[in-house]
Amino acid sequence: MTPFTVLAGRATVLDRANVDTDQIIPARFLRKPRSAGYQNFLFHDVLLQEPDFPVRAGTAAVLVAGANFGCGSSREGAVYALVDGGIRCVIAPSFGDIFAGNAAKNGLLTVVLADAAALLGGADRLTVDLPAQAIICPDGRRFAFDIDAFRKRCLIEGLDDIGLTLQHEAALAAFERGLPSWALLAGSPAP
Amino acid sequence: MSDARTLFDKVWNARVVVAREDGACLLWIDRHLVHEGSFHGFGMLDHSGRRVRRPDLTFAIADHYVPSHSRALPIADPEAAGLVATLRENARRHGIALFGLDDPRQGIVHVTGPEQGLTLPGLTLVCGDSHTSTHGAFGALAFGIGASEVAHVLATQTLWQRRPKTLRVGIEGTPHPHVAAKDLILAVIARIGAAGAVGHVIEYAGPAIRAMGMEARMTICNMSIEAGGRAGMVAPDDTTFAWLAGRPCAPKGAGWDAALAAWKALPSDAGARFDREVTLDAAAIAPTVTWGTSPETALPVTARVPDPDAAEDVARRRQIAEQLAYMGLAAGAPLEGTPIDRVFIGSCTNGRLPDLRAAAAVLKGRRARVPGLVVPGSVAVKRAAEAEGLDRIFTAAGLVWGEPGCSMCVGMNGDLVPPGQRCAATSNRNFVGRQGPGARTHLMSPAMAAAAAVAGAIADVRKIVA
Repeated sequence: MTPFTVLAGRATVLDRANVDTDQIIPARFLRKPRSAGYQNFLFHDVLLQEPDFPVRAGTAAVLVAGANFGCGSSREGAVYALVDGGIRCVIAPSFGDIFAGNAAKNGLLTVVLADAAALLGGADRLTVDLPAQAIICPDGRRFAFDIDAFRKRCLIEGLDDIGLTLQHEAALAAFERGLPSWALLAGSPAP
Repeated sequence: MSDARTLFDKVWNARVVVAREDGACLLWIDRHLVHEGSFHGFGMLDHSGRRVRRPDLTFAIADHYVPSHSRALPIADPEAAGLVATLRENARRHGIALFGLDDPRQGIVHVTGPEQGLTLPGLTLVCGDSHTSTHGAFGALAFGIGASEVAHVLATQTLWQRRPKTLRVGIEGTPHPHVAAKDLILAVIARIGAAGAVGHVIEYAGPAIRAMGMEARMTICNMSIEAGGRAGMVAPDDTTFAWLAGRPCAPKGAGWDAALAAWKALPSDAGARFDREVTLDAAAIAPTVTWGTSPETALPVTARVPDPDAAEDVARRRQIAEQLAYMGLAAGAPLEGTPIDRVFIGSCTNGRLPDLRAAAAVLKGRRARVPGLVVPGSVAVKRAAEAEGLDRIFTAAGLVWGEPGCSMCVGMNGDLVPPGQRCAATSNRNFVGRQGPGARTHLMSPAMAAAAAVAGAIADVRKIVA
């Protein structure tokens, strides 16, 4: 995973609520391998309907979005489409939980900021400083944000969290041995 | 300080392997369900050179890309056929049980998992599908994950999670006849909003939930994600235990007795504290239909769609106007009587036997005025429905009786609603383009979808069957 520290880049604003992952990437593209170039699927159908749609692959690094961005389907393809399209950070009042988890696994920073579009809408460039937990506008305005400490560390260090988990092998093996027997499989699946 | 704990607290606490000081918890996963779409996760696992840690707790089920028409022929779409074959190959290589295309256990993961007794109270269960919340109906902690997390569970049988908050949704009272679980959950989502439960695990409680069968509870928990919930749960009770007894993978004999003792201790203690609580009166809820492109746009069928000019602020005005334009609806128009082009009855929300019975009860002796597709949630549901003659009621009404799978809920198998067409659907999402580019979806219960088929328009089932 690409580490995330300080990002300075073009920002674009999508000021609408409940942008679901079906819009970010329509279901029919999820069958494609990652090598197909997921940036080609980013907001694919929305772009056909709305020529002035503000999010387009390769035009911005920061997306300032509305509430509940990335709600709905768990498809990680939505994150692939954004990341392959050059977006490294999404700032919104709230996110779909699964989307936010998927984002962190792919080096896409999600920043929760109330009234994100109203506060940042005028800035076409933004600096996102993850170690300092701050968004900085070109006019010097600075907005602090909170982030889960574990997620922050994984993003900054670009950690492979499977490797991290396997460092806990002894605890995991002990836990596995202590599981109650009813929690294990009591029989084979049958017609 | 009370030590009273919620159902969620009990399940979560018993599955924490490692708790870090920064709040991240390594959570044991008891069951992992994978489907054709999980190929990204298997690809990451292979790329890292790792193996599946617990193939015995992992189950592969084909549902998203399987055809709804005859299973006698090979899948015509080469990419879809390839994904089904890839699932088979990944299951074989890693020693995972497979419920493939020609298997009597095949079905939608969230229908067939419970049928097999894979879902049990007190367990953690994940799947790379957001409607995994369905399994919480049994008092399990079940949630959807992305491909990277699929790879993590395959490799370690665990996930790093931060403890979510809790929301108790109490549904008091008794619903009126023809008001189903789907109507209640749509009303809940309308009340708290599509982001209302973000960061929370919902526990559904109260007399209306206790009176429900397991299938209705699954419908409720299924749509937790449409309110933004991390998961939905219902405390296990005698209804749960009776439903599970004798399922192929459920505990048996002395194991059943031990399980029962553990499960009976799971319900939230009296005085357990939730971060938030919401209460609804089931008796105040009418048959419910969505009008817009988010499940939160649910209204009683007797209502009119909103008028943007009456909205309180500019943002809300624009949001309503955009949704009305996409849906092809006039501001302030009555929902009832809106002509539809087709119906879809099925999905992990409403593809179980009682759902099909409710739809058939409306369609019996009547003709559908529009085309429609009825897709059972699993082979077991299909066989049971056919044994009762439900398939003949649907086909006599002019609807198509399909083979089990996700079908027109998400259209990955090619079952699409054509652009501009309006579909009365029992599925879970009315998002822009969900059932196909330009498709317009109205979510409703199976009985209401059947009523819409009979009327050729959004209809009040209470009038159709009166």
